[in-house]
Amino acid sequence: MSYWAHLRVWRGDAEDGQLVDYPVEVNEGEVVLDIVHRLQQTEAGDLAVRWNCKAGKCGSCSAEINGRPRLLCMTRMNTFAEDEVITITPLRAFPVIRDLVTDVSYNYAKAREIPSFAPPAGLEPGEYRMQQVDVERSQEFRKCIECFLCQDTCHVVRDHEENKTAFAGPRYLMRIAELDMHPLDARDRQREAQEEHGLGYCNITKCCTEVCPEHIQITDNALIPLKERVVDRKYDPVVWLGNKILRRGDKRVR
Amino acid sequence: MTEVQRHDYDVVVIGAGGAGLRAAIEARALGRRTAIVCKSLFGKAHTVMAEGGIAASMGNANPGDNWQVHFRDTMRGGKFLNNWRMAELHAQEAPDRVWELETYGALFDRTKDGKISQRNFGGHQYPRLAHVGDRTGLELIRTLQQKIVSLQQEDFAATGDYESMIKVFAECTITELLTSAPTGAPGSAGVIAGAFGYWRETGRFVVFNAPAVVLATGGIGKSFKVTSNSWEYTGDGHALALRAGANLINMEFIQFHPTGMVWPPSVKGILVTESVRGDGGVLRNSEGKRFMFDYIPEVFADNYATSEDEADRWYDDPENNRRPPELLPRDEVARAINSEVKAGRNSPHGGVLLDVSSRLPAEEIIRRLPSMHHQFKELADVDITAEPMEVGPTCHYVMGGVQIEADTAAAVGVPGLFAAGEVAGGMHGSNRLGGNSLSDLLVFGRRAGLGAAYYGIRLNGHRPAVDEAAVEAAGQRALVPFAEVAADAGPGVTGENPYTVHMELQQTMNDLVGIIRKADEMELALKKLEELAQRAARVEVEGHRQFNPGWHLALDLRNMLLVSVCVAKTALERTESRGGHTREDFPLMDAQWRNVLLVCAGATADELSVTHEDQTPMRQDLMDLLELDELKKYFTGEELAEHRARAPR
Ligand SMILES: Cc1cc2nc3c(=O)[nH]c(=O)nc-3n(C[C@H](O)[C@H](O)[C@H](O)COP(=O)(O)OP(=O)(O)OC[C@H]3O[C@@H](n4cnc5c(N)ncnc54)[C@H](O)[C@@H]3O)c2cc1C
Ligand code: SF4
Ligand code: SF4
Ligand code: FES
Repeated sequence: MSYWAHLRVWRGDAEDGQLVDYPVEVNEGEVVLDIVHRLQQTEAGDLAVRWNCKAGKCGSCSAEINGRPRLLCMTRMNTFAEDEVITITPLRAFPVIRDLVTDVSYNYAKAREIPSFAPPAGLEPGEYRMQQVDVERSQEFRKCIECFLCQDTCHVVRDHEENKTAFAGPRYLMRIAELDMHPLDARDRQREAQEEHGLGYCNITKCCTEVCPEHIQITDNALIPLKERVVDRKYDPVVWLGNKILRRGDKRVR
Repeated sequence: MTEVQRHDYDVVVIGAGGAGLRAAIEARALGRRTAIVCKSLFGKAHTVMAEGGIAASMGNANPGDNWQVHFRDTMRGGKFLNNWRMAELHAQEAPDRVWELETYGALFDRTKDGKISQRNFGGHQYPRLAHVGDRTGLELIRTLQQKIVSLQQEDFAATGDYESMIKVFAECTITELLTSAPTGAPGSAGVIAGAFGYWRETGRFVVFNAPAVVLATGGIGKSFKVTSNSWEYTGDGHALALRAGANLINMEFIQFHPTGMVWPPSVKGILVTESVRGDGGVLRNSEGKRFMFDYIPEVFADNYATSEDEADRWYDDPENNRRPPELLPRDEVARAINSEVKAGRNSPHGGVLLDVSSRLPAEEIIRRLPSMHHQFKELADVDITAEPMEVGPTCHYVMGGVQIEADTAAAVGVPGLFAAGEVAGGMHGSNRLGGNSLSDLLVFGRRAGLGAAYYGIRLNGHRPAVDEAAVEAAGQRALVPFAEVAADAGPGVTGENPYTVHMELQQTMNDLVGIIRKADEMELALKKLEELAQRAARVEVEGHRQFNPGWHLALDLRNMLLVSVCVAKTALERTESRGGHTREDFPLMDAQWRNVLLVCAGATADELSVTHEDQTPMRQDLMDLLELDELKKYFTGEELAEHRARAPR
């Protein structure tokens, strides 16, 4: 049942590198990460790759397989033909450190720019009351495993280093949406989404949604509703208050 | 030696899982400058993988719940070998730690009246686990990560520097704890002064000068072949503690989770959450029989249903029915599955069947168990809403760890060292209940943060200086795998591949010190571990120091080997079966052993000693929370002389 696959892996560092061909054995049921591990155990002990859970839960093993951003641990080998060349390259939007490992610090920097959850005044720990329907929308976004595949794929930054300063990227715009939809968050976030985190750069192409391994509807459920609220606001700033109160009945995006 | 980067901190927390992050939050709250050091990226620690939930007796689902009930369940689950003071603090403080997470922004699943929903789990008398679907660990780690970020934002507003009070050193591995230089006076060495490590990205060395270090490094599962644990679980913290002069206790107790995936081979060991059973899933053998009814042990006979009808009624009417035996503590269920497989009543790939498809509607399964649904669909081509899963035991959690003082989480024997989370020992006794780890992380993470902060404050500016000779030695040791050690060792000696040595270690522990143990097998294991240690000393790696996984593994091997010897030695020593330690040659639990802790000490396998230490007798008011008849199953007669039923006041 096993066969030999043809792997082509990018090897190198920030200065220099090339694609290297390896024949590697594949057994039934294996994922690409298994094959990369076998490569480490046999021919390339120093091949750099990130991984932790090997179960699609931690978002560490992001790379590009045949040009598409994916998790190495959730990509089954049987999705490729046995004679197909499988090319694995590091995430393109981030600087290479070594082999398949990239410098993802952009994402952590952006995370730090988004104002945190603002606890409601007057509620002590243990006194929070929220209905399941009201938390579900933000919960969808909290499924995010921070694999940064959406950040890697979004054309606003993928080949436009210059936009990185102004644009937080889908994962962190979604974080704003998450907090904005949190039933008890006490901060007005819509103006800053537009003015400080670059919501306006997003032209809802949905590429981020397509690569999300958690199948989060980033564009439809986070970015578009956030944009709509910002637009509402432009006409009438007091809608913000109304939005916060009426949110319960707002079923627009499900 | 090559140049070494230096940093000064008040508190260094090693580990960015639930325990480490909670410790850092507390230390910073007391004004201590805190470093968090971790092997992976920030937010990827093992805690992210936790699924089922976090145990806390908030009483939202059943108002009868309170800390005393939680305490009793925890002690029963651990077969009364637990450090009772830790179990007491844990049960008392867990609700506050969970509620606090909501103020950091966590969004748990809700009850109808808007409170935090709580679910059933093995060994817990009432529905007690706060959860978010089956991705509770992700919620926990993200919430704490985001809390750290919010603190950094506050610090930025105050000082203009995000990292003025808390800095995360990600992808940085600590290989040695540093103590102060010995002055010659007895007992003068062994005060924590810092830690030595390397950046994974560059391979450069780094020294942290700090009077207080919190170990929060998690577990040891990567020494076993079939495991739910990630590459990080190489027992670093356990080994660091030993080398610094601290003790490990309870190392013979390893939890094999009953339900790991068994097929396909590449996913063998990946966890199937206990919530599947908590939410109604049942275990069957190849004959279609719900076999757990045959495995209810004497000590639990009063609490578990004896017929399928009663078990099924329990989900809706827990007051008048006993719980299904699928929800026995994990050690019981894992042994039962092991026996069924041994008896030949196994599923096609050597496990048993776990079925939820015939018990809940498909939409409900997807809502309650989304990641299980996803995991089986993507990795095994199994639709759990339509067919059963194949499952079998997998190495999951180590109950053993650093011996600490319960109230402060201070490591016994090494001033300045603290430990919390999976790396600490005692809290769970011989077996941990599901959901009790996440709560443990928060309760004792906070206490370790407090302990470390106050310890530093009390030093009043007298910071111990690191022993520079130790820094030099640590650097040299780390570079050994690049040297041509084998050739120097003599003609014909060849270098070893770290991956090969690691795989043989995993096989050895799995086969010889696994779920069912025998004296001769463990003796063989100890011999093999010695051989492997010799081979590990000859490991050679290719490439250079920049992000080199082969090198990293070569360094981790030393820790795995030391910790594996602890497990094998203590397991050989304890001639009874209890919780996560099952001896085929000593199948019964023995009340004389309940009182005995096996304590490991020693910096290397050769120096390792295992000594017997008596437990501190349980406080009488805690003893009185339990009925005499139950206690009699575990304690000796003398230990129970003062029980309220015997000595009425
Ligand atoms: C699949 C799975 C599901 C689980 N589900 C549950 C559940 O539902 N409920 C529950 O209560 N428990 C559960 N557990 C157990 C629980 O998740 C763990 O016990 C717990 O998360 C351990 O947390 P920790 O803070 O001790 O360490 P971890 O979260 O493991 O973090 C360890 C940290 O230490 C760092 N580290 C280690 N060594 C070094 C070193 N040498 N130098 C620098 N840094 C180092 C690592 O990088 C990491 O950041 C589950 C475990 C698994 C594997
Ligand atoms: S939808 Fe917006 S954020 Fe997503 S990829 Fe397109 S432009 Fe980027
Ligand atoms: S939103 Fe999806 S693709 Fe983006 S980081 Fe999160 S999990 Fe990854
Ligand atoms: S290794 Fe965790 S997502 Fe792939």
